Amino acid sequence: MSIELVFHIAGGDFSNAGKASSHIKKVLKQLNIDSKSIKRIVVAVYEAEVNVAAHAFSGQVTAQITEHHIEVVVSDQGPGIENIEQAMQPGYSTASKEVREMGFGAGMGLSNIQKNTDELSIESRVGEGTIVTFRCNYL
Amino acid sequence: MKVSELVEKFELNVYSGLSGLDREVTGGYVSDLLSDVMGNAAENEVWITLQTHQNVVAIASLKDLAAIVLVKGMEPDDDTLERSNQEGIPILGTPLSTFEMAGKLFVELEGSGA
Repeated sequence: MSIELVFHIAGGDFSNAGKASSHIKKVLKQLNIDSKSIKRIVVAVYEAEVNVAAHAFSGQVTAQITEHHIEVVVSDQGPGIENIEQAMQPGYSTASKEVREMGFGAGMGLSNIQKNTDELSIESRVGEGTIVTFRCNYL
Repeated sequence: MKVSELVEKFELNVYSGLSGLDREVTGGYVSDLLSDVMGNAAENEVWITLQTHQNVVAIASLKDLAAIVLVKGMEPDDDTLERSNQEGIPILGTPLSTFEMAGKLFVELEGSGA
């Protein structure tokens, strides 16, 4: 079994942040994936969506759902990340004042993704964009 | 305890999401940082916050939270109301501060048997 789901995200569009994670959650529930794994996956996908909305011009979420795991690739066209190690540090954020006032941009996004996934890789080119790939194995 | 019982007990306003009033409440979480709630809140908790935009409903729905309580008389945005009705997650309101609301809820849920 393998299901591919693709979602587009527009930069700055917070009203649609959560569409991909919400849809993925529904599909995983229908497939009777254990709820603990679904909870982890939902956190990781949501944070990745918010990162695209907060920082990039546009992006795409592609989820490959198999019997044993889910692999998610979030690629964006955006400013890229200069120092990935720094960006991973809890509390580090480059979010705008407006984004912070909404309660986003607390510098917890990437560490939330890391905590809730089994494999995570981030590739980024400054001035071009970022590709975040992660995998969650079900329990 | 059900959300509807909390509404009655603490005289909360019910703005929207009436279909979720019979949800079960097992605890609470207090934060205005969305990633903090995303990372740390648990299913069936009531979320006390001052954020009024629609992303709070998206998060509450993803995390299966029982309800959202807006403090200090703050009112939800129009699209927040709409989304809350769609998702069936009640948005409640109180004139109390976060500290006062959280204190009362804590005593109700955890303090009584202590």
